[in-house]
Amino acid sequence: MRDLAALLALGTLGSLPPDVPDFEREVRPIFAAHCVACHGPEKQKGGLRLDVADGAREAVRAGDPSHSALIERVTSDDPDERMPKGADPLSAAEIATLRTWIEAGANWPAEAASERVLSTHWAYQPIRRPPTPVLKDASGVRSPIDAFVRARLEAAGIQPSFETYIPTLWRRVSLDLTGLPPTWGPIEAQLIHEEPDAYERFVDELLASTAFAERRAQTWLDLARYADTNGYEKDERRTAWRWRDWVIDAYARNMRFDEFTVRQIAGDLLPDATLDDRIATGFHRNTLTNQEGGTDPEEFRVAAVVDRVNTTASVWLGTTMACAQCHSHKFDPFSHKDYYRFLSFFDSTEDVGNSLDPQIPAPTAAQALELARHEERFDAAEAELLGPDAEADQNEPGWLASAFAILDSKSPWGVFSPTTATAKNCTVLTALDDGSVLASGDQPGTDVYTLEGDVAPGADLLRLEALEDPSLPGEGPGRTKNGNFVLSDVAVEVLEGGLWRRLALAHAEADFEQVRAGPFTAAKTIDADRASGWAIWREDGTCRAQSLVVALAATVPSARIRVQLAFESTFAQHTLGRFRVSFASDPARAETIGLSPAETAALRADVRTEEQSALLHRLYRQRGSVTGRERAARVVDARAALEVYRAAIPTALVMRELPTPRTTHVLEKGRFLAPGEVVLPDTPAVLPPMPAGAPKNRLGLARWLVDPDNPLTARVQANRIWGDLFGTPLVTTVDDFGTRGERPSNPELLDWLAAELVESGWDMRALYRTIVLSATYRQSSVVRADLLEKDRANVQLARQSRPRLEVETLRDQALAIAGLLETKVGGPSVMPPQPDGVWAPVYSGDDWETAADSDRYRRGLYTFWRRGAHYLTFALFDATSRELACTRRARSNSPLQALALLDDPAFVECAAGLAQRMLREAGPADHQKLSHGFSVATLRMVDLEESRVLGRLLIQERARYAAQPDAAAALVASVRPALREGAPVEPVELAAWISIAQTLLNLDEVVTRN
Amino acid sequence: MEPRDTARIDTSRDDTSRRAFLGGAGLSLGSIALGSLLSKSARAAEVDAPVVPHHAPKAKRVIWLHMAGAPSHIDLFDPKPRLAELDRQPMPESFTKAERFAFIKGTPKILASPYRFARHGQSGGEVSELLPNFARIADKLTFVRSMHTTQFNHAPAQILLASGHERLGRPSFGSWASYGLGSMNQDLPAFVVLTSGKYGPDAGASLWSSGFLPSRHQGVRLRSQGEPVPFLTNPPGVDRVGRRNVLDALAKLNGIRLAEVGDPEIATRIAQYELASRMQTSVPELADLASEPESVKKRYGIDGDKPGFARNALLARRLLERGVRFVQLYHWGWDSHGTSPGDDIVTSLPERCRECEPASVALIEDLSERGLLDDTLVVWGGEFGRTPMNEERDGSTFLGRDHHPHAFTLVLAGGGIQPGITLGATDDFGYRVTEDPVSVHDLHATLLHQLGFDHEKLTFRSQGRDFRLTDVEGQVVRKILA
Repeated sequence: MRDLAALLALGTLGSLPPDVPDFEREVRPIFAAHCVACHGPEKQKGGLRLDVADGAREAVRAGDPSHSALIERVTSDDPDERMPKGADPLSAAEIATLRTWIEAGANWPAEAASERVLSTHWAYQPIRRPPTPVLKDASGVRSPIDAFVRARLEAAGIQPSFETYIPTLWRRVSLDLTGLPPTWGPIEAQLIHEEPDAYERFVDELLASTAFAERRAQTWLDLARYADTNGYEKDERRTAWRWRDWVIDAYARNMRFDEFTVRQIAGDLLPDATLDDRIATGFHRNTLTNQEGGTDPEEFRVAAVVDRVNTTASVWLGTTMACAQCHSHKFDPFSHKDYYRFLSFFDSTEDVGNSLDPQIPAPTAAQALELARHEERFDAAEAELLGPDAEADQNEPGWLASAFAILDSKSPWGVFSPTTATAKNCTVLTALDDGSVLASGDQPGTDVYTLEGDVAPGADLLRLEALEDPSLPGEGPGRTKNGNFVLSDVAVEVLEGGLWRRLALAHAEADFEQVRAGPFTAAKTIDADRASGWAIWREDGTCRAQSLVVALAATVPSARIRVQLAFESTFAQHTLGRFRVSFASDPARAETIGLSPAETAALRADVRTEEQSALLHRLYRQRGSVTGRERAARVVDARAALEVYRAAIPTALVMRELPTPRTTHVLEKGRFLAPGEVVLPDTPAVLPPMPAGAPKNRLGLARWLVDPDNPLTARVQANRIWGDLFGTPLVTTVDDFGTRGERPSNPELLDWLAAELVESGWDMRALYRTIVLSATYRQSSVVRADLLEKDRANVQLARQSRPRLEVETLRDQALAIAGLLETKVGGPSVMPPQPDGVWAPVYSGDDWETAADSDRYRRGLYTFWRRGAHYLTFALFDATSRELACTRRARSNSPLQALALLDDPAFVECAAGLAQRMLREAGPADHQKLSHGFSVATLRMVDLEESRVLGRLLIQERARYAAQPDAAAALVASVRPALREGAPVEPVELAAWISIAQTLLNLDEVVTRN
Repeated sequence: MEPRDTARIDTSRDDTSRRAFLGGAGLSLGSIALGSLLSKSARAAEVDAPVVPHHAPKAKRVIWLHMAGAPSHIDLFDPKPRLAELDRQPMPESFTKAERFAFIKGTPKILASPYRFARHGQSGGEVSELLPNFARIADKLTFVRSMHTTQFNHAPAQILLASGHERLGRPSFGSWASYGLGSMNQDLPAFVVLTSGKYGPDAGASLWSSGFLPSRHQGVRLRSQGEPVPFLTNPPGVDRVGRRNVLDALAKLNGIRLAEVGDPEIATRIAQYELASRMQTSVPELADLASEPESVKKRYGIDGDKPGFARNALLARRLLERGVRFVQLYHWGWDSHGTSPGDDIVTSLPERCRECEPASVALIEDLSERGLLDDTLVVWGGEFGRTPMNEERDGSTFLGRDHHPHAFTLVLAGGGIQPGITLGATDDFGYRVTEDPVSVHDLHATLLHQLGFDHEKLTFRSQGRDFRLTDVEGQVVRKILA
């Protein structure tokens, strides 16, 4: 702690003599960078260690640099002597630092004694809120943030910048918080009225908007390596967006960061985990899966687990644990064993390396409601079926008794003697004396037989006997050589008012059904598929007389009927040779058809169990009466609707713990085929331990990550939030708070922010608010000449920064300026236009399906993200493929970006949108239209010189398009999706204004946050 | 801000080239003083400067012809008479015990090569009858028969060969070359990729990722259909005059902004719009083969306007001529498993050879005739080898071989590599390397050495570590250096 106090004193008061180097900040990094690889925890060449005070004593004589071996060796001219060996020599400045340090007594801050691995490195020290510095000139200070920044500026003799111009500030804060530009109206109002708290109110509005949640999610998706495909060779699609929407929702509710963390790392292990908690665990299911043939699932499971470890360490702890995967960390206090202890927390989930499972149905709130409605309908139908019905109950014992009585009975069937028997094709049908029908004549490929005649009304059961006959090729029953046939469809029709009406058929069963090459079941004669059917070939190669019984849904209402038997399967000539149709009208008989073995057993039981009674009660209600049947039909409908709806519900990839944890081994050199020593889950020894009694599982780990005693998580998150608002974080190596990372540019400020975050109850929205209300945030971003000299990289924050917008924000801003933005939130990822062939290099046949509707104009974070070939324009602007977590995007400035902003049809459509706004929303004069467009795009007034440049461009382009009306027409045709309906445009005029709009959208001022 | 211990910055070189291209663009910036703009933009571009070579380079550029899917060393480069003696007999268990194969199950049978081998040229380089053109120029080639890798699936093996690590996320060789060497042509990217065949390479665009290096070092794939570079063409109706009008207005407005705000990044942006505009001319000119004589097209085997390897090989020459540092070609279809005639060694392998070999040789000879071969490194081969055993997947009767990481052959030419030699050897079965083993890291170390770099010193700091192309391994293969 002593050195931390010294460090704080140095930072805030500048009280130490400036020429004594601070050990932690200036001396240790030299050892870490040049020496510790050979003289450290792993190797101690020549017996020397330069990572602990004791080890350095050998090489350092306090107060006497000239007689210290350290200085001799780093300054030697002899290449065999000179250190570091085989590497570039230390710089003169570094040598001078070491000299001064030794001269001043070579103070190596003591490390307190404890069982833990100790480190004096700043990032592992507890977070304490530093006192707010007292300034010489505190004018304009709005927040402690400003005091921390100003203290350093005062020490360096740099003036802060003035608060920027209202429109710039409003545009800045709107883009930073929501990723969308503000509208001109409120800015103009504020310019006129200058209300004192308007900015605060504006900020609160922004923070409360869904757009804020979407913007924050956009960054989180990079950290979580979210994508819509699996990666590796096949790179097929996955349904992952429910997790993305969970993140948006969490930000929209301003979920505390500790909860946000626990749910994503271990939501499944929370007591009473909700569906949302499980969906949240998708964070770590965003790892890749490899579905290439011949893949070893264990290899890629280990790869995914390793990625979870590295991502967790990098996103929450700002720690490059990845180094310790193969060997103990060379520079930071993480051992090889620490790594696998940490890995052990993640080693016991169900998922494997080559499959997407486990996945769960994950209805959205709206879908859950609709699903519940379907379930209610189903339950209600069930309840109705089984509900009170006194009349039915009265009849139930009798019905069951008769059902039992006829279970084995063979009551006579009434033979149906057709008055006519005809065939659609060339089959000749002849009625025989016994009521059967014989087929003869040419053998058609398919045919349909129609029998017409009278039946006693009330019949509700049809029997078809397929009969053998010596006249048939295989002696029947079918007309094929082996006697088989395929009856594809049965229909029963009644004559009503001169028209044939088809009766519903409820059920069909047969004595025998062919399985081979099928099955050819009786049920297929009454299904919707006209080609499928019933056949009777037996495994011994023969076909015998068989019968089929079909139950009608209701009784036959009138005497005159016709029966149609169709033989229209893909099996040619499989028609029936001899058959007989009979009808029966005993309702009880109909109800004993198709009983399950359990139902039959229940009917036969001498003493029925409760379960059997319930089963029969249900059976009776389903079949026993007309009302019961109607109700049963409603149950069937409700179930079908429920199943259809359920099948359309999106899924989510989730973490699920194995019942028995895996044994974790240290993997030698990180190779999955080289398991070594067994380790148990634990956190790295250099950090505070998990509280006693905390479960040693993911849940325990998740809680430990956000324990207020954890020195890293709050610093890392506060640093990230700062970076969101200043373009550059306080620790530029956002994923490396270790000794090799950059030190914070303002350590006291970072600790103040981290303390603020924890003490506010991890309220992220509050921290964003605190920062954007500070004077430091509101400063002008103009790069003053003195700053270019004194602090070119803007480390001391005497001005705001001017980062180029991230590509999703570039897109969203262009759509908003164009008036095209579709603000729909969430749902499956969308495919806005991109050039053909982007997906072609991926080894898969999947295609990009460009959205034709308003999905074209959704915010960038909803764009479908394919790892092997992500959205082309995004790729050109430093978006990574998200195979691994991206903790900070590069911010390149390339010619391909210029081409994309000028020529990508998506941006040309935006230019067309803006051109139409200029033509439609402004006054009649060109200068009115120009200044309107300029204000819409930049959110400030155009000045005279700018107006002249644009005016000249308008004249040039108008003349050019007037001379080439075809060119104007071609341009206008290419942006058709962006043209407003019902607003006719004059192509030459619109084309000229598109050139103006393109210029505006490409202005440095527009692609940059100022 | 980036600590680059070994990379000192050569601003003079960068400054000159930048001045040249800005000056040449005829940029009219109104009231902005060009001098101040230039000095600012040069400073803004400091991080863009290449690394000073560690020693005098032998090669200035690389053309890597990657035969994706992995060609059979047994049927093309590494004759094994012993296999003919033991054809269709079970492979000795000493080889296959405890081995993991991608597809082979049970005890596999030996499969002799159906192709004849002979020695060629004064050097006596050996290739099979499938490669008559390689045979013709054998004295110009270097055969490394002792390559081996750690990966036996395509995507990881390709990523290892491209980036020195089997998993995604590291910069590819081309990106390292761009980072280390910079560009020799301000109108074109330093690292260009061309793909041909029915599909792209298995590992996709990750193969030319810049990983943690700044994104300007990422490979730019010139597409063989549609525009070679994304968004190269003006929108319909916008001609050169219209584009110039817009760019002039844009430069003036951004210039006004620069004067007000003073941010050097604005100067860079103005310059990038001008470069973009020049690429609209330079890239189509590059991709348009109309200026090439018919005889040249015939030599490469180019079939009209058909995209394919032959066309890409000629494009590669044009890229190298124009100063592109690293050209990477991928051709799909060498995965000779033998599940059908479409992927066997009897029908499919000779087809792939006919598609690629004449054009590969035409490229080498063309480079040689133009005096470019001496300082251009040519690499030809796949990501691993193939088993000396027949795969017989699900009882297939077509002849084919499974993936084989333990031994394969790579062909090198030019760039200060000793021509006409064969390095290394495998056992009687072509199964394991017995002499002078060369790992992927060794190969990378050697190629970097030829480009003027000590592979242990060309580093970039990411996640707290100085990363290199060769990870923590690699030895320069001195035996093949000229």
